[in-house]
Amino acid sequence: MGQKVLMKGNEAIAEAAIKNGCLHFFGYPITPQTEISEYMAKRMPKVGGLCLQAESEVAAINMVMGAAASGTRVMTSSSSPGISLKSEGISYIVGCDLPCVIVNVQRGGPGLGGIQPSQADYYQATKANGHGDLHLFVVAPASVQEMASLTGLAFDVADKYRTPAMILADGALGQMMEPVDFAVEEKTDLPEKTWAANGHGGKRNKNIINSLFMDPNDLENSIKARFARYAEIEANETRWEELMVDDADIVIVAYGITSRICKTAINAARAKGIKVGLIRPITLWPFPKAPLAKAAETAKHFLVCELNMGQMVDDVKVAIDCARPVSFYGRTGGVMPSAEEVLAEIEKIAGGLAK
Amino acid sequence: MTTKILLAGFGGQGILFAGKQLAKTAMYSDLQVSWLPSYGPEMRGGAANCSVIISEEEIGSPIVTAPDVLIALNLPSFDKFEPAIVPGGLLIADSTLIAKESTRTDIRICRIPATGLASENGLDGFANVIILGQLLKQTGIFEYQKFLDLMIGGIPAAKAALIEKNKRALEIGYNYEA
Repeated sequence: MGQKVLMKGNEAIAEAAIKNGCLHFFGYPITPQTEISEYMAKRMPKVGGLCLQAESEVAAINMVMGAAASGTRVMTSSSSPGISLKSEGISYIVGCDLPCVIVNVQRGGPGLGGIQPSQADYYQATKANGHGDLHLFVVAPASVQEMASLTGLAFDVADKYRTPAMILADGALGQMMEPVDFAVEEKTDLPEKTWAANGHGGKRNKNIINSLFMDPNDLENSIKARFARYAEIEANETRWEELMVDDADIVIVAYGITSRICKTAINAARAKGIKVGLIRPITLWPFPKAPLAKAAETAKHFLVCELNMGQMVDDVKVAIDCARPVSFYGRTGGVMPSAEEVLAEIEKIAGGLAK
Repeated sequence: MTTKILLAGFGGQGILFAGKQLAKTAMYSDLQVSWLPSYGPEMRGGAANCSVIISEEEIGSPIVTAPDVLIALNLPSFDKFEPAIVPGGLLIADSTLIAKESTRTDIRICRIPATGLASENGLDGFANVIILGQLLKQTGIFEYQKFLDLMIGGIPAAKAALIEKNKRALEIGYNYEA
């Protein structure tokens, strides 16, 4: 354990990125994530790195592509509307097999939406953050501590599998302060970036980084090779947390800030004798299917809670092969449910199960 | 043991700063703590509030909907949150700015003219610290000297003039007999 510091979630992401060797940050301001840019602007020059405010989100993501191609650790951050602007660049980065970290501190949408916390970009992050056959490695922190620790994981997984990684947070996690411990974790062995276009001095063949393939067979092969790496990510990097699932009649599935609200509701429900537990996906892609399938052997009902209209519901249904009813409770548009609201929903379901 | 504190008032009254001092002292007391601000246009004059939860256990929801302690620094905050205080809870209201009195009989009520005390003592802008002093006295949540040392310790050398003012404001707040 190191010394704890009190920090906003946004600042924790920025500091963790720097501590994990990120030397380049390209961003564009948008509430509620601007503290990331602000922190980077202050700190990057002191560690010999570069923080640049681009002229737009589109420019920033393309700068990320260039920096990533040189093999350096690079990050960009934005909030929902800004991530939509970045999606073309993200697809190109996937097509080029470049590692980088993209932060989405979500706010309400669609359109400019609002500035309050939301999880309405779940579909975008997990299904289609750009065109083409693609996935990103997506982590969903639930505390300021995880804003830091999952940033380190995102960089490592990105480098190890040559994929962009996304930190999918929300305005509440970005703005709230909690104690965070930056004690450096054990580093995994990372492969050397032999593919990087970083100057060869005539000593090796040049590296070409490209996402255009005129021969469909070449393109198909490149996609299949990438999906083989996706399979490795699914096998090695899926993460989740379980709370009181073993004897639970009702299993809540929630991630990020919503999982915190659910934990409070679960403790209140347990005090009333209702057997309810939680499965919290820490990685949203890959999705933790195995623990859900296992829970479906004993649980009678699944309740998905999100700050949207029910985007993770289908993933849960697929994970449990529709073996149990899956219902949804959430608020959207920047409204956060209270623990009491979630508790009322648990009691309603428990009442139905008792009949 | 979990204490849920809601601080509410206008943007610019130092609501977030006051909440941060509580959060910091909790952290250095080896307690769990969360600090969740309202953010956005509120910061520039609208209604601002801040949820601080201090606990010996892991903190679930960081949102305070039913406070154990409400610090109300203006009338809209009083009207909005006073009914939500848990029975047995504590209301600390700045009586310079809130003429209205609580009619609740199931909570402890502490009225302190923090804004008035601040200007009488040449401490304009320190009503938030005066309120914190009274909070320490009413709740005993933290040791006075520890809280003061951490608050002063956070003041950068370039703003050393603020040290004395913070000290005096905390003391005035603590010594006020509500």
